[in-house]
Amino acid sequence: MKLYRIFILTVALLMSWQLVVILSGAPPYILPGPFPVALAIIDHWPELWNHLQTTFIEIVLGLLIGTVLGSSNALLMTLSPLLKRWMLPVLVISQAIPVFALAPVLVLWLGYGLASKIAMAVLIIFFPVTSSFYHGMQRTDPDLLELGRVMGATTPALLRYIIIPTALPAFGSGLRVAAAVAPIGAVVGEWVGSSSGLGFYMLHANARMQIDNMFAALAVLAMVSVTLYFAIDATITRLIFWETPKDLIHEKTH
Amino acid sequence: MNTGNSGAPAIHLDNICVEFAGRFLFDKLSLDISAGKCTCILGPSGCGKSTLLGLISGNPGIHYRGTISIFPTTQSVGWMSQSDLLLPWLNLHENVMLGARLRGEVNEKIQDKAKELLEYAGLTAYRKSLPVTLSGGMRQRGALLRTLMEERGLLLMDEPFSALDALTRLKLQDLTAEMTRGKTVLLVTHDPLEALRLGDEIVVFSGTPATAEKIDGLHGEVPRQLSDPGMASLHSGLLAKLMNEQHETL
Repeated sequence: MKLYRIFILTVALLMSWQLVVILSGAPPYILPGPFPVALAIIDHWPELWNHLQTTFIEIVLGLLIGTVLGSSNALLMTLSPLLKRWMLPVLVISQAIPVFALAPVLVLWLGYGLASKIAMAVLIIFFPVTSSFYHGMQRTDPDLLELGRVMGATTPALLRYIIIPTALPAFGSGLRVAAAVAPIGAVVGEWVGSSSGLGFYMLHANARMQIDNMFAALAVLAMVSVTLYFAIDATITRLIFWETPKDLIHEKTH
Repeated sequence: MNTGNSGAPAIHLDNICVEFAGRFLFDKLSLDISAGKCTCILGPSGCGKSTLLGLISGNPGIHYRGTISIFPTTQSVGWMSQSDLLLPWLNLHENVMLGARLRGEVNEKIQDKAKELLEYAGLTAYRKSLPVTLSGGMRQRGALLRTLMEERGLLLMDEPFSALDALTRLKLQDLTAEMTRGKTVLLVTHDPLEALRLGDEIVVFSGTPATAEKIDGLHGEVPRQLSDPGMASLHSGLLAKLMNEQHETL
């Protein structure tokens, strides 16, 4: 994405925010405008920075652990059809339980610290990561596997040179989804029980009617999530260097 | 160009039966394939040509009765298919060395040999290119080199040139004939002209279950030129034979 486009989009979003504030005539304790929120960010930056670090660590560790667990699980299911037959239904059933409903239980078991929030994030991203990687590997061209067999390939070499690269584009989509939803897990975990983090800070500010602070935390959280998403998106795009994004429908040029 | 022979084998198929979806694809099919020659298997789609290659390459997904003997015994064959099967994430040079890579045997000697082959096929300038940037002809040339890198005495080719335009196809046929000389080549095709250009021997497959019929009257070194005397009459003869078969099955 071009820098100027990011700039224009940001300005446009902030302006429409301000416009809503003006048009609706909402009082500042319901919807503060961008300027008071920006001031709140500056005023409370040291606090916000501390809470941001907590939340950031939760999100990143959740993403890392969830990605490692999810992709290992997908690999195991690929290597062992027996495991696949038993794991796949379990995975699908596990998705029927709303992860948010587990948050209080996780806090009960893992405590108020980082662990319960990381566990939330891991649980949320585990399925998209596993499923995208597993089904990506399933899409390997049977002729390529036949070629590998005829050439006397070892299983690790088949995985490394043929199966895993085949799965990377689909896996990338799963990771993008994971990057977008991991912050939800962390924040919901913080809401249920914590003593630091942006989610905690938001609840805290809300209870004290410091609505501009609450919005400040929300804005910071949004910036972190967006940055994280773009970082991951850029990494994936670089990793899948052989695929160029294509215009499926061409723009009309005059 | 000699790309090394690990003893070009002869193949004998004896009373092969293959059942597919409740009907016999082969019923007591017997066929001899001569060592060190190019045998073209000619026939319409769906007559079991590719299954035959699968049988010889030992594809575990194909169940059969009967005996397949390969003399001298070889476990390993070279295989080339209609699509080039170049890996989009490896450059041309790496793709040509794919076999060695998959077996964890890449060394300097292999690297040099791949370079040599690429130069012979006129692809040196594209050594570092990703397949997506190459033309269909170049890609299929790459696939041919990848097959030859394996130094197998027995090469199985499954309609390798059918996706190419006529001119590129002629050029690649010449290159293939030249580079596979002395190996046992089994080339499956539905193009009678291709069979006539490349085949030391031609076997026509027809019907279900398939019957195999060897064509007589082939002369001269392959690749035969289109201008060779006798090509025209052989071509029309083959076409007529295929047309008849097609007529019966339609």
